[in-house]
Amino acid sequence: MTESTLPAQLAEIRDEFLELEVSDRLLLLLEFSNELPELPERFRDHPDLFERVVECQSPVFIVTEVDDAGGVHLHATAPAESPTTRGFASILAQGLDGLTVDEVLAVPDDYPDTLGLTVAVSPLRIRGMAGLLGRTKRQLRERRAAG
Amino acid sequence: MTVAFDPAAKFADYAHPERLVSTAWLDEHRGDPGLVVVESDEDVLLYETGHIPGAVKVDWHTELNDPVVRDYLTGEQFAALLSSKGISRDSTVVIYGDKNNWWAAYALWVFSLFGHEDVRLLDGGRDLWIAEGRELTTDRVTPAPTDYPVVERDDSAIRAFKDDVLAHLGHPLIDVRSPEEYSGQRTSAPAYPEEGALRAGHIPTAASVPWARAAAPDATFRTRAELDAIYTDEVGLSADEPIIAYCRIGERSSHTWFVLEHLLGYENVRNYDGSWTEWGSAVRVPIVSGPERGEVPAR
Repeated sequence: MTESTLPAQLAEIRDEFLELEVSDRLLLLLEFSNELPELPERFRDHPDLFERVVECQSPVFIVTEVDDAGGVHLHATAPAESPTTRGFASILAQGLDGLTVDEVLAVPDDYPDTLGLTVAVSPLRIRGMAGLLGRTKRQLRERRAAG
Repeated sequence: MTVAFDPAAKFADYAHPERLVSTAWLDEHRGDPGLVVVESDEDVLLYETGHIPGAVKVDWHTELNDPVVRDYLTGEQFAALLSSKGISRDSTVVIYGDKNNWWAAYALWVFSLFGHEDVRLLDGGRDLWIAEGRELTTDRVTPAPTDYPVVERDDSAIRAFKDDVLAHLGHPLIDVRSPEEYSGQRTSAPAYPEEGALRAGHIPTAASVPWARAAAPDATFRTRAELDAIYTDEVGLSADEPIIAYCRIGERSSHTWFVLEHLLGYENVRNYDGSWTEWGSAVRVPIVSGPERGEVPAR
């Protein structure tokens, strides 16, 4: 995996974090947490469509979608009492939105480690975000294999 | 200067009722001189989303640990931390947090390593405070720095190391992890990332008592009678025996340590913070897999 495969919107989010002092990175993560997009109505009453991300310390559930134009959308739900997990989900939901399946699959698996957050929230918790990204990619691979 | 104790009837049955305060007591006393309220959570952003007015945040990961040694702060580092939080050596500190005060108990245990005398937990923690609709704020707190003295940490009384545990085999050990971790089906808590212990199972002879059994559904501690039924009657612990509790990195077992030491008044309880992440990977230490406690290994 090389730098060139990182989509612009993910690179932008990463740079936003790295420009900040460590304590302000936490506040930016909180902003992301507050901006986690609401679920579209068609998903709201369908917990069965979601996959639990067991790598995370808090209950977080995801589902991926590919629209008619080939754009990927990641929908996630996590409780308000878990702002860190919500923040991770929001970064990916916003950072991956509209990319093609190939572009998402090419996102480096260590992207969560590059945000400068391991010092602020512990490497252990960052693995939760890696789990979110890994499961997102797996869902897309399975969808593609299913044709 | 010591702030008055909470005279709540429930606490009177505990061995050390002065170690707990109720939400109602804290609401009434949170402005008292000499009292500092500390929030310590598992989720590092929770404090920023709203905290008890005036409470300062202590993050276990970035603030209580040495950055390079797997150990807690030195005396100098602890003095600097507490000074920056507006805590004096004679302050009454009330700690609360998320998830049944799991991390709050951990912070209390670390404060106790430094002999901070008056440190209490908020019974029910953050969850109960919120459930009762009590005030929260997102205002930033800027405590006036204090001059906390440099106190050397004393690990001897309440902290156990791997060699201490080896020497302790044959005396009571409490494994507070989930049944799946105890039996060896997995090395990390359900829904927690793997932390890389090489083997799965438990320390020989350890009794399995998941930590959350000590908490009621509203996040408060169970009553003295309920706790006695678990730890004394069921597990067979007695107050004068040496006891060691452990989990995966020592945080969940701090909660059990608090219960045994302060609520039941057991006199010789240590927390093994190396816990399973160390024991499960250490060379030449015995483990047991499966649901049975196992025997003391022949030496």
